Amino acid sequence: MAEKLLEIKNLKQHFNVGRPNMVKAVDGITFDIYKGETLGLVGESGCGKSTTGRTIIRLYDATDGQVLFEGEDVHGKKSAKELKKFNRKMQMIFQDPYASLNPRMTVADIIAEGIDIHGLVKSRKERMERVYELLDTVGLNKEHANRYPHEFSGGQRQRIGIARALAVDPDFIIADEPISALDVSIQAQVVNLMKKLQREKGLTYLFIAHDLSMVKYISDRIGVMYFGKLVELAPAEDLYNNPMHPYTQSLLSAIPLPDPETERSRRRKSYDPAVHNYADNEKLEMREVTPGHFVYCSEKEYNELKAKSGK
Amino acid sequence: MEKLLEVKNLEVSFQTYGGTVKAVRGVSFDLHKGETLAIVGESGSGKSVTSQSIMKLIPMPPGRITGGQILLSGDDIVPKTEKQMEKIRGKEISMIFQDPMTSLNPTMRVGTQIMEVLIKHQNMSKTDAKNRAIELLRLVGIPMPEKRVDQYPHEFSGGMRQRAMIAIALAANPKLLIADEPTTALDVTIQAQILELMKDLQNKMDTSIIFITHDLGVVANVADRVAVMYAGQIVEMGTVDEIFYDPRHPYTWGLLASMPSLENDDKADLAAIPGTPPDLTNPPKGDAFAARNKYALAIDFEEEPPMFQISETHFAKTWLLHPDAPKVEPPEAVKKRIRQLSSTFEKPVIVKEGK
Repeated sequence: MAEKLLEIKNLKQHFNVGRPNMVKAVDGITFDIYKGETLGLVGESGCGKSTTGRTIIRLYDATDGQVLFEGEDVHGKKSAKELKKFNRKMQMIFQDPYASLNPRMTVADIIAEGIDIHGLVKSRKERMERVYELLDTVGLNKEHANRYPHEFSGGQRQRIGIARALAVDPDFIIADEPISALDVSIQAQVVNLMKKLQREKGLTYLFIAHDLSMVKYISDRIGVMYFGKLVELAPAEDLYNNPMHPYTQSLLSAIPLPDPETERSRRRKSYDPAVHNYADNEKLEMREVTPGHFVYCSEKEYNELKAKSGK
Repeated sequence: MEKLLEVKNLEVSFQTYGGTVKAVRGVSFDLHKGETLAIVGESGSGKSVTSQSIMKLIPMPPGRITGGQILLSGDDIVPKTEKQMEKIRGKEISMIFQDPMTSLNPTMRVGTQIMEVLIKHQNMSKTDAKNRAIELLRLVGIPMPEKRVDQYPHEFSGGMRQRAMIAIALAANPKLLIADEPTTALDVTIQAQILELMKDLQNKMDTSIIFITHDLGVVANVADRVAVMYAGQIVEMGTVDEIFYDPRHPYTWGLLASMPSLENDDKADLAAIPGTPPDLTNPPKGDAFAARNKYALAIDFEEEPPMFQISETHFAKTWLLHPDAPKVEPPEAVKKRIRQLSSTFEKPVIVKEGK
């Protein structure tokens, strides 16, 4: 397999620590992201998938655990200069294209903000050229540079958000539900654009979403989260064809497909965490059942899954 | 089957600073008893305005119904006054909104919000209404309804709030339920539960449902018939099988092709519909979809297409069905779906000329 770009080790993000309303939003998750791949992260609202993304990029300080980017820890003490270096390599695209662009800045200033901060250009002329180039990359045109965000539709705004992320030449982009707020016909446009950019620039994506059909389409591997834990991680095809964790099975059985006949015969499974019936002394961890297919389970379940998949 | 609702040539426009926006431009459809009609389309296609007009919930002014009729059991509701509408809303027609977080009153107990409907429309006493409210909460699958009935909306989760909304909507046994994106704000697992609940209640109460959504998966799950809207018009309408297995309008093709399918393993680009919907202050001449349509013919830019009938129940508004039109192949992703349906006419028939 390709080299690791990012290693997330036992990452924890707890809010309101020490108070009665403490929330373990992310509770000890471990996974790697390889160079040039798209890792999809799915789960229901409140499962901690967005928090995971935000903690990786250090919008939150992790409670515990490590995020290694090319072998270096993202969290922990850093000089302003080191931090700046990281910020250039990692960028984020947000869910709400209406709330994530400053309404009082022109598109050119929004896109060039990162360029200015990192001092990537020498002259005003070069700056504008870079902005035009970025607008062109994301399928907008030069004339859009001096307009304000309110003059654009949702899909166009999301393109501006993508141009802003690309402005500093990042290696890794975290896309937090980038298409959820868009219309179906526009979603495909944005997804196609993201795939094109990945091919051309060799970008690595962490794609967070709850629309599983889109996630399967764009991702190489998919992680499923449930209550702050990663319960299953597998190549996209494998996860869909052979979901092992009962929660993944229930999630997959709930997605309505655009096919009336499948829908008429749909049998939905529900997930009850009690089915595991874990004993107190059982050690729960991510175990590799088949090559590349990890499931969060106990030793006993692991043996059962292993036996089943061996057949 | 008995017709519950007939919408004839409905036109709705809004007065804005930028000019008059023609949000709904001549929409006609009917709805039978106990049937579910799904209306699909992107934002701005007029699907929500159409449904809100049926309840006369559009703010007037700036909104105005500029033409057409809405017949509920044969009675036109367009000329009705606000007072008369109050007797219809909640009793004959009720509505479930997209966002259960904002459509419940946060300062009122959930039970009281259900009782309100019962006291107004069924003339129930307070105690009877409360008992019925508990019954309704149980019916929509809320555990411990005796306790929940006295709680406030903030004590409910998103899925529970949507269930409570459904309980309010169904309290007076309406004949027609309009659900405007009722599951868009919910997680897939909760969405599946709510859809099952709605279907179950429909069977029990024989309610007709207009289901507005942009999720074609949900449409396939709930609908008997589907209307596809674009730029304020219905461009294709048919049974759920006709729309998914024998679509005729290029916009419907575009919608179906732009969704990745779960079984499909190929990683080719999605067939996105280019561009954005037209501005309805100044609707384009001819076919509103022409500018985004790679199958557009020269006539599409000149003259609005007529409505063609393809079977008893299947209609499409596109010049491609005209006998003189060249034969075109739908996109690959759509071709895979197409099946021969027995009910199809030999040749499409023009039923209504375009303007």
